[in-house]
Amino acid sequence: MEVFQTYNSVIPFYAVMISLAVVPLILLSDKNPNLREFWTIAAAIIKFILVFTLLPGALEGKIASYSILEIAPGVELALKADQFGIFFALIASGLWIFTSIYSIGYVRGNKEKKQTRYFASFAVCLSATIGVAFAANLLTFIIFYEVLTIATYPLVIHKENKEAISAGRKYLLYTLSAGAVLIAAAGLTYSYTNTLDFTAGGIFGGLNLSQGSITVLFMLFLAGVGVKAGIMPLHSWLPAAMAAPTPVSALLHAVAVVKSGVFGVVRVVGFVFGPEVMQSYGLNNILFVFAGATIIIASLIALKQDNLKKRLAYSTVGHLSYIVLGVALLSPAGFTGGIFHIATHATMKITLFFCAGAIYVNLHKENISELNGIGKVMPWTMAAFTIGSMGLAGIPPINGFVSKWFLGSGALQADMNIALIILLLSGLLNAGYFFPIIHRAFFREGIGLEKYKEASMMMVIPIMITAVLSVLFGIYPDMFFNFFEIALSVSSSVMKGF
Amino acid sequence: MIEKNIPAILPLIFLAAALFIPLLGVWKKAVAYPIAIITVLVAASVSVYGFIYVLLNGTIRYFFGGWAPPIGIEYVYDPLASFVALVINFIALLVLTHGYHAVNIDVKDRQVAYYSVVMLLLAGFNGMIITGDLFNLYVFIEISSLSGYALIAVGEKRAPFAAFRYLIIGTIGASFYLLGIGFLYFMSGTLNMNDLSSILPFIKDSPTILVSLILIVIGIAIKMAIFPMHGWLPDSYTYAPTTSSSLIAPIGTKVGAYALLRLMLFVFGIDYFSKDLQVAELLAIFSCGGIIYGSIMAIAQKEIKRMLAYSSIAQIGYIGLGIGLANPLGFIGALLHLINHAFMKACLFLVAGNLRLKTGNSDISQMDDSFRKKYPWTMAAFTIAALSMVGIPPLAGFFSKWYLALGTIENNAWLYLAVILISSLLNAVYFFRILEKVYMKSPEKEKSSVNDQVDFNSEEVKPSMLMPVIALAVGLVVLGIFNVLLVDQIYKMMPAGL
Repeated sequence: MEVFQTYNSVIPFYAVMISLAVVPLILLSDKNPNLREFWTIAAAIIKFILVFTLLPGALEGKIASYSILEIAPGVELALKADQFGIFFALIASGLWIFTSIYSIGYVRGNKEKKQTRYFASFAVCLSATIGVAFAANLLTFIIFYEVLTIATYPLVIHKENKEAISAGRKYLLYTLSAGAVLIAAAGLTYSYTNTLDFTAGGIFGGLNLSQGSITVLFMLFLAGVGVKAGIMPLHSWLPAAMAAPTPVSALLHAVAVVKSGVFGVVRVVGFVFGPEVMQSYGLNNILFVFAGATIIIASLIALKQDNLKKRLAYSTVGHLSYIVLGVALLSPAGFTGGIFHIATHATMKITLFFCAGAIYVNLHKENISELNGIGKVMPWTMAAFTIGSMGLAGIPPINGFVSKWFLGSGALQADMNIALIILLLSGLLNAGYFFPIIHRAFFREGIGLEKYKEASMMMVIPIMITAVLSVLFGIYPDMFFNFFEIALSVSSSVMKGF
Repeated sequence: MIEKNIPAILPLIFLAAALFIPLLGVWKKAVAYPIAIITVLVAASVSVYGFIYVLLNGTIRYFFGGWAPPIGIEYVYDPLASFVALVINFIALLVLTHGYHAVNIDVKDRQVAYYSVVMLLLAGFNGMIITGDLFNLYVFIEISSLSGYALIAVGEKRAPFAAFRYLIIGTIGASFYLLGIGFLYFMSGTLNMNDLSSILPFIKDSPTILVSLILIVIGIAIKMAIFPMHGWLPDSYTYAPTTSSSLIAPIGTKVGAYALLRLMLFVFGIDYFSKDLQVAELLAIFSCGGIIYGSIMAIAQKEIKRMLAYSSIAQIGYIGLGIGLANPLGFIGALLHLINHAFMKACLFLVAGNLRLKTGNSDISQMDDSFRKKYPWTMAAFTIAALSMVGIPPLAGFFSKWYLALGTIENNAWLYLAVILISSLLNAVYFFRILEKVYMKSPEKEKSSVNDQVDFNSEEVKPSMLMPVIALAVGLVVLGIFNVLLVDQIYKMMPAGL
């Protein structure tokens, strides 16, 4: 599988553009909510199908590539649906379908204002996310990354209360600064290597650069992608962004935006610097320290949060660094585990966020201390929550266990036992902050819950589907999409020769 | 053949119009506007035709009166000049279209004189761009400056004072320039740019040439409002009528920058400019000062036109920085930003004019959410222009900053790189402040209830005021995506040795 052939195909371009194309339709259907929602769902399904058609070819080593136009001398705005890109694109577009259905239930149940802006912004965000996934070079990546920042802003400030507006400002401050730093990093890279193309194994091979300049360059990249990837201390926008409606937190801040960040980290480590350069300059150690610290500290902070969404936010911060840790290990199993965790965490976390949203819409409760006994009122929701939590703690047969297993193996392969300890400790902490919620829900008596019932079908069905997917992928990781095979393959193409 | 005469047609057609408008205006006032708009339309069309012709057939040289240089005055219409002429004539066309109503309101009784002076201004600009003779450049600098002073003085109460200040400072600048070319003439015996560039290598070691270069740079820098010689700009842009500021802000300072670029590149040559004299370094440092100063002051402003004025100081700083870097990427960034900023500022000033017309004031604190509903298209165009100013891809502003960033990296000028990136964030602060207000702040009127479904019908401005704004915004998108076409042309234009 080491031989990759690229072939020209417009499909990646269509996959990016389809949701952009429906934005005018969404805006025009302002007065007809059902039609407007139809456009969103249709676009989501078409997008997913388009990406899915690229999967078989990619599994055989054929990469669809499409160059849109030359955007700067020597650099093209180009899309390349390599395996890693398809991996991320499948997750994002697939989960968008469920999120859209869930969104409809949520915004209507909550009688949210400005729904048209909501759905239109989502469509642009997903366009940008697929653009990030399929970006063939750093400049294309940056362009879509920045568009993603701007497109998510209206969603973060959606509720337009003080908390939301302040969260929006913090979000922009962090992400735009990161964008500026990323531009500097890309410019420097271009001046050193004369190319910005993502290449498995890195583009710095053969250049003899000083320790200082490579380290500075790496730190710039780390700051640039680290904000969206929630690496501490650049993570604080994420808990603040919980002021957004829950479907936004679910898809964007558990799947699309933050995963774009870690996607960027993996691209930087594997496709810009490459394992040899990372190790010979000691960059992997820097990355490891940040990732390890983030995992532990975020899990500890999560223990102290009473607001459910904030607890989930810090949990996300921790889990994102599982992925960063995985690639920092520079071992095949570690890389594979890290990449696979992108998929597993996505399904599990989105389930948890969906549950939080259902609780909010139905019971108007946001704090864990108020959740006594809700298991009796919302059994399906809380069952799904249990599945998601167990998976994040690393309990089989849920998919979280698989990625964690490989991360652990990777730690042993890389001879870094401390990584193993961090992973195990974090698993315990995960259990520590999730299980009390489940305990409260099922084993404590609630007060005044008689009049409430389970959430609407539009919300419960997506919740159940993502929970079931988490279990299915845990039992058979390659089901439907061969996610695990892709993770293995990407890892080996990056590690080749290392 | 007509084509051979295009270099002369462009300035002359405006001079002719400037003459005819008052002559016919005495008979019938209403004739002023039609003559003006038709002249600009013809000029824009001729510019388009000329640009295409020159791209295909090469530079056109026009000798006034048939006298060959270096005795006679020569106009050099090469692809670069033709493109810049095209841009400014096109923007002038859009601004004058907008002016149909704007001038009616701002300058009620003196329209005949107003339009005549506008024609003179445009004659001055066109002449400055195409001329190949140093003294002729001075003549047209003065023509455009004097017209500029008059156009500004027609504004509100404090306008004549602002115009007077501009007059004094501008005349000092022009006089410096005159002195500079006087010394050059004394040493070289020629006023023709081309001729001078071949003679200079023989005389460049003389201190007189150093003095003349400094005088020329300072003179033009005053016209460009490079920090700290920017003092005339804020008041002039703020108190001038909408059409005047929309003509002078986007175009006026840029033409000065263009003249400086021409002189540095084609007459003095990069080496002399940067290595032998280090004038370039000084220009770059002062420009950085202007960038930071302009951005910070813009944040502090309460009135939108003044905010845009300080923003212009910052943007001109980018152009000055690009010139001061004295490398190809820097020049490309400067030229690209010259064009991009012309579009962006024209759009922003026209929007400010529209808002002023509709609400009667330009206070930022008075802007609120109703604007979004009342003037949807105007605010949409404003949003696009604002995002472009901040540097969000794929809009035009991102690319000029990208080239400037690459230029600073090539010189290892890390401080300048940091200045560019930090100022983008500062730009975001003052633009997003307005965007927040316009899209989210509820109007504080007792009549409207808390519910934001209050009916504000669209009271969008008239088409003649709306179309130019939208055209400019669309132009920003196009300029961004297709910037390579432009950049390739600029590359070809660079003199050999770069």
